[in-house]
Amino acid sequence: MSEAEPTPHPEDPDAQGSVPHIDTVQPPPVSGDAFLSPAPDGTPKGLIIETSEGSQELSARSTTDAGELRREVGAVLRLPEGVAIDPSDIDVERSDDETMIINMGPQHPSTHGVLRLMLELDGETVLRTKPVIGYLHTGMEKTAEELTYVQGSTNVTRMDYLSPLHNELVLSLAVEALLGVEMPPRSDWIRMLLVELNRVSSHLMWMATNGMDIGSTSMMIYGFREREMILAFFEKTTGLRMNHNFIRPGGTAADLPDGWEDDVTIICDTVLPRTDEYDELLTGQPVFRQRSEGIGTLSAEEALALSLTGPILRSTGVPWDLRRAMPYLRYDEVDFDVIVGTFGDNFDRYSIRLNEIRESIRIIRQVVEKMPTGDYRVQDKKVTPPPRGRIDESMEALIHHFKVFTEGFRVPEGEVYVATESPRGELGCYLVSDGSPKPYRMHIRGPSFVNLQGLPLMMRGGLLADAVAVCSSVDPVMGEVDR
Amino acid sequence: MTAERGTDVADGEPEVSGAGGSSTRTAARPRQDVVFPARDQYVEVVRGYRDGGFEMCADLCAVDYLTHPGRRLPDGVVPARFELVVNLLSLSQARRVRIRVQVPESDAVASSLVELYPGVEAMEREAYDLFGIVFTGHPDMTRILLPEDWEGHPLRKDYGVGRVPVQFKGAPGPR
Repeated sequence: MSEAEPTPHPEDPDAQGSVPHIDTVQPPPVSGDAFLSPAPDGTPKGLIIETSEGSQELSARSTTDAGELRREVGAVLRLPEGVAIDPSDIDVERSDDETMIINMGPQHPSTHGVLRLMLELDGETVLRTKPVIGYLHTGMEKTAEELTYVQGSTNVTRMDYLSPLHNELVLSLAVEALLGVEMPPRSDWIRMLLVELNRVSSHLMWMATNGMDIGSTSMMIYGFREREMILAFFEKTTGLRMNHNFIRPGGTAADLPDGWEDDVTIICDTVLPRTDEYDELLTGQPVFRQRSEGIGTLSAEEALALSLTGPILRSTGVPWDLRRAMPYLRYDEVDFDVIVGTFGDNFDRYSIRLNEIRESIRIIRQVVEKMPTGDYRVQDKKVTPPPRGRIDESMEALIHHFKVFTEGFRVPEGEVYVATESPRGELGCYLVSDGSPKPYRMHIRGPSFVNLQGLPLMMRGGLLADAVAVCSSVDPVMGEVDR
Repeated sequence: MTAERGTDVADGEPEVSGAGGSSTRTAARPRQDVVFPARDQYVEVVRGYRDGGFEMCADLCAVDYLTHPGRRLPDGVVPARFELVVNLLSLSQARRVRIRVQVPESDAVASSLVELYPGVEAMEREAYDLFGIVFTGHPDMTRILLPEDWEGHPLRKDYGVGRVPVQFKGAPGPR
C-alpha cells in the first residue's frame, strides 16, 4: 500500500498503547493483614485506605507469590485435611513466557450473563481460573430494606430469574417463620406445584443452553419449546411469564385458575416422553459423551469444603437434597427419589438434571392427586388483605386493604434462616426483623454465587474448549450471583 | 466473655407444632441452634463444630445493627454494631447451627474461616465488600461485587441509598 503509512517500530514506546496486552503488572494481592498496619505516614485509617484494595483480577505469575499461586491453582482449596491437592504437584517455577492470561467475558455468549473468567493457559490447558463477578450487582439486599414485606417478593423474584418462584418461596417461608402463622394446607400444595413446575422449566432451560454450549443446537430449540409450555401455564396462573410475584408472605396471590389440573396433566404428559427423546439425542450420543464424561470432575470432599450444593454436590455422590433431608412445605408427604451421581463430572450433572425433571413430574402428578380444598392464603387479618369483593361492601375492609398495601404488616422482632432446594442448590434467606413493616436485613444465600467457587478446581488441567462446558454445567444465573 | 451456647428462644423462632398430615402447621423450620461466641474464640468454636460433624459452611453474612441496637441477646453478650452470622450445616445429622459474633465498629476485624471452610472465601469477600469487615488471614481480601475503586460499604445503615431527581417531560418551568 502506501509507503507514507507509518508502521510503528516494535521498540517505539509510543506504540505501546495500541498493542493489546493482557497481563499488565498487577499489584500483588493484598491479604487481610495489610489493613491492620497503620498507614506509613501515621494517618488514621480512612475510607480511602480501607476501600482501596487489591485488584480483583488474576495477577500474572511473576507478581504472584508461590503460596498464592498454589492456592489459585488448587482453586481456593486448602482442604482441612489437605487431601485434595498436593502442593508439590504445582509448578510454581514456571515462567511467565510459557503461560498466558486471557480474559473470557463478561460479554461472552456462553457465560450465561455477565460472568467474567480470567484464565491462565499453558497452550490449550487451563491452569488457573478466577471468576470476576459483580457486573449485574444492583444492590437488591439494600433495596429489600426499603421495601415492605408485601413488596419484598417483587424484589427477590428478580434475583434468580430462571426460577423466580423459588426466590419468592424462600422469602415467604422466612417471613412466615418469623410471623409464626399457621399455613393452610392448600397454599402449601399450590406452592409445591408451582415450585416443581419451575424446577422443570429451569432444568429445561439449562438443558437448552448446555446443549448450545457444546454444539447441540437442536437441544436448544427443544428445551425452549418445552419451557414455553410451562411459562404459558405460569402466565395463565400468575399473569406473568417470569417475575411472578405470586408466592407472597401469607400464601399465594390467587387461587389456581379453573381447569389447572388439565393444563398440568398435559404438561406432564408432554414433557415426560420428551425426556426420553433427550436421552436419544444426547445421552446415547458419542460426541456428547466424549465432551462431558470425565470433564470438570470434583470429589465429594472438595464439593463439601467449597460449600457447593445442588446438582453439583449430588453429582459427587452425596445424597443431599433439602426436600428430603430437611423437608419444607409438604415434601415429606410425596414420594420422589434423590438423584445421585458417581464421578462428579459434567455427564453426571447432566444426568442428574435430566432425571430431576422426571422426579419433579412425579411430584407434580402427586400434587394434582392430593391437592386439598380450602384457603390459598392464611386467614390472619394482620397479614392478608380482605378479598376484593369485601372492599365494595365495607369501609373497614377498604381501610384495612389500604393499610396492608401502603404500610404493610408488622413482623415480630427476631431473625431466622430458612433454606430451600432451588434448581441450583441451597437457596437460603436470612431475615432480621426489628418489628417494623420492613425487613431490617434480608440476605439471600444464592446457590450460584457459592457454586461459582468450584470453577477454578473443575477447570484446572482441562482444555480451554471444555471450560465453556464446565461453566455451563455449574448453571450459574448471574442475577442471583450478583444480586 | 465466654461462649454462650444454647437455643435461640428469645429470638422469635416459633415451636414446631406436632401436627402433621394434611392439617395446618406452623411455617417454622425445625429449631436451629444459635451460638454467641466472643470474637476471639469464634474460630475455635467453629473448629469445634467442624470436628463435631458440621461438614459445610452454608452461609456467612453480616448485619449492621446501627439503627436497631436494642436487639435481644442472651445475658453476657455485649451488643456491638456489626454482627457476623455464620450458618453451619451438618449433612450427617441434618442439623444447622448459627453462630453470631459481635464485631465492634471501631475495630471491624474478624478472623477468617478459610482455613476451616474454604467455601467461605467468596462469602467473606462479600461481607467485606458490603460491610467493611476485614477478615484476617483471608488470602484475597478484595471487593467482589462492587468495582475496585468504590468508596464506602453500601449495606451499612449509614450509607445512603441515594436519590435520582425525577424530571417530568413537559412540566411547567419556573416563571
